[in-house]
Amino acid sequence: MQNTTASRSGGRAKFVVGGLLILAAVIYLIISSSQANAQYFLTIDELMANQSENMNRNLRISGAVIGDSIQYDPETLRLSFEVAHVPGDNKEIESLGGLAAVLHQAVTDPDRQRMTVIYTGVKPDLLRHEAQAIMTGKLGADGIFYADELLLKCPTKYEEAVPEQAQK
Amino acid sequence: MIANLGYGSLVITFLSSLYGVFAAIYGVRRKEPAWVDSARHAMLLTFPLLTITALSIIYLLVAGHYEVSYVASVTSESMPLFLKVTALWGGQAGSLVFWSWLMAAFASAVTLRKWERDREFLPWVIVVSLVTLAFFLLLNIFVENPFERLWLTPSGNVQPAMFQPSGATLFTPQDGQGLNPLLRHPGMIIHPPMLYLGFVSFIIPYAFAIAALITGRTDDRWIRITRRWTLVAWLFLSLGLILGGRWAYDVLGWGGYWGWDPVEIAAFMPWLTGTAFLHSVMTQEKRGILKHWNMVLIILTYDLVIFGTFLTRSGILSSVHAFAQSAIGPLFFSFIGLTFVASLALLMNRWNELKAENEMSSVFSREALFLLNNFLFIGILVVCFWGVIFPLVSEALGIVGQRIPALSHIFTGQKVTVGPPYYERATGPLFAGLLFLMGIAPLSAWRHSTFKTLGRAVWKPLAASIVVLAIILISGVHNWAALLGFWLSAFVALVTLYEFWRAALARHRQHGESLPEALWRLAGRNRRRYGGYVIHLGVVLMAIGIIGIEMFQTETQATLKQGESLSLGRYTITYDSLANFDYRDGRNVSRAVVSVTRDGKYVGQLFPRRDYYYESQQPMTIPGVRSTWEDDFYVLLVDWQPISTQSATFKVYHNPLVNWLWFGGIVFILGTLVAAWPDRDPEPAAVKATSRFKGAEASAR
Repeated sequence: MQNTTASRSGGRAKFVVGGLLILAAVIYLIISSSQANAQYFLTIDELMANQSENMNRNLRISGAVIGDSIQYDPETLRLSFEVAHVPGDNKEIESLGGLAAVLHQAVTDPDRQRMTVIYTGVKPDLLRHEAQAIMTGKLGADGIFYADELLLKCPTKYEEAVPEQAQK
Repeated sequence: MIANLGYGSLVITFLSSLYGVFAAIYGVRRKEPAWVDSARHAMLLTFPLLTITALSIIYLLVAGHYEVSYVASVTSESMPLFLKVTALWGGQAGSLVFWSWLMAAFASAVTLRKWERDREFLPWVIVVSLVTLAFFLLLNIFVENPFERLWLTPSGNVQPAMFQPSGATLFTPQDGQGLNPLLRHPGMIIHPPMLYLGFVSFIIPYAFAIAALITGRTDDRWIRITRRWTLVAWLFLSLGLILGGRWAYDVLGWGGYWGWDPVEIAAFMPWLTGTAFLHSVMTQEKRGILKHWNMVLIILTYDLVIFGTFLTRSGILSSVHAFAQSAIGPLFFSFIGLTFVASLALLMNRWNELKAENEMSSVFSREALFLLNNFLFIGILVVCFWGVIFPLVSEALGIVGQRIPALSHIFTGQKVTVGPPYYERATGPLFAGLLFLMGIAPLSAWRHSTFKTLGRAVWKPLAASIVVLAIILISGVHNWAALLGFWLSAFVALVTLYEFWRAALARHRQHGESLPEALWRLAGRNRRRYGGYVIHLGVVLMAIGIIGIEMFQTETQATLKQGESLSLGRYTITYDSLANFDYRDGRNVSRAVVSVTRDGKYVGQLFPRRDYYYESQQPMTIPGVRSTWEDDFYVLLVDWQPISTQSATFKVYHNPLVNWLWFGGIVFILGTLVAAWPDRDPEPAAVKATSRFKGAEASAR
């Protein structure tokens, strides 16, 4: 407690330098890791409009699953299906009547941009007509999306104000 | 009827909260304790009132009142009773009520304590608690009302509303939609409540911190009062996180326990600041330093708790946990912004009164290592926070890339997200740093500690850990990251055990106690310290499990005819049969039987299955798992030939050491219980407590 002024400021400098070093390390880790692992969030329209630019990028795409297109080969675990374009912006989805409505519109509209997806692995439980698929992977030169990861959301299975029976 | 009762009670609680805030402030201003007492009564009233609200919802859920929109959306006839009850927190509106209910319970409990010497804190603790509570009640009353009923309007639409729209008649569906099958798991009973308890109980230390800032009583009294509250909050939050991991491992069917999902991170962030806070308050108690920092940490924790609730509830980020999107987002955002700015303003106002009483002089002192530990925790927090908000800010940050060409490939202006590899790579070194600190910090002394004194204490466990490293290397592990992880784990475990041993031996020599007795007394004398060490041991065990599954997990898959086999490592499975039957709770079960051999020896059968829920038309995959200390052998039924069941497809995982993760979790929680266990004399005077801890400190050296 009875430190001299000199050792005090010397002590403080050590901590400031140490703190700055850690700060620099954290910033380095964040920048290098986010660069190496960035996934570009695109809609199917955006991706199809700019295929060449996005060819080698890690992409994260969201689309509405077309139920009839789902094909699964349990021998090879090769899963393929088509997805239809859905808007990427939450506000836009909201203004169109919520995710469930947007997905329904997407699968019923024949003019929507569609894309084929291939994924190898266990067929996810939630994969079905009108589900929202969020896929991570790369676009092949053949225009098919090769997914490494497949996430599915069924908005109807979560909360919805009106039960299904009510619409009949 | 019951819906009206619950709603009425909700509204009265809201009004009572507003009144309490007003009465408390008025009482302080006018120096009239009667008003503060009245505010206290308003606070105490919130819990029974919200109990009525919560019980009303539970009644509606259990009795199947499907005319209530919330009930129809989360339950159905065929669900078992326990799931109907837990559906209280199965959806958005109900879980907000549940949040408020727990919050009211904690806040009421804290107002019941003896305030004698801390009277001046009382009104402000009430104000902070009730403002938070009122905010959540506001959401429930105006935006997410769990009591809204379904009405059939003359135009033939069904719409939810609290009060009867003109000309509409009540609409009662035959059955509800049922709870999402993923949530139909015993984990549903315990995981969300634990997490919520952790969330709400962190509000108590924050309330005291704000009370200390407002009243100007800025010594460490607020920290001493809330020490146990903080530990309890941390206990629940840790338990919630661990249980969530276990649930994912059992249910999600990919042999994973943590996916760096935004919602997981949302619960993890307050845990990070809370853990930093728990360590950092010790330096304030012992050395009177880092006072500003502790305030910042508890403010951050509070707002991260609210932010966490917001992330899980707003649907702003895509996530497997996300509920429907709703209008509560902007409200949450405003509330977080307001409380954060107001808290910081209060802190600025008292900045000079929170001056450190001492200087931190030695780089190897305990307080310096604690500070370093805080930096690392905050570093992990920053990594997580950046990852979560990256999709939201990456578009906006395009401007940076345009201005500074060197950074244009980082800030492209496109919407970019980061996945688990980002988090793993960026947090890995920081976690390793924390493990290393966990090894050396217990051996360093407060105030003065040099490289030499630290080295003298550390060399024995260090040498032993290198022996362990050599053994692991010889046994055939050559992955450098795994070796580093195992070495650090061994080092921390050895240091911790060495600390127990040294202290127990000292007691044994001084007081002639037997070693086990000495160990027991020791832990009883300084619970926070030795409880903390047990927590460290738990962390080490968990780290070993995480290294095992993350770095050595293997998998394979195949389609097998009956009688055919599939091998993975030392294991082989043989497909025996598959049965398909309906179960009484509304699902169709397809259950395969496979025989498992290990090194050619039969070890038992596993029953991977697929449940199909008729009402939600959703299948769910349940693995068959063989668990041992060494590994988990995890079999999934992927597909099968529908009628003949001649062949079926299986995916198998080998997850080495994963059970150390769960066992470590139990040790971790036990350690926290030891640390948080109440002392025999409730609330010892501050002076006495300090001297007692110094005494324990001396005897432990």
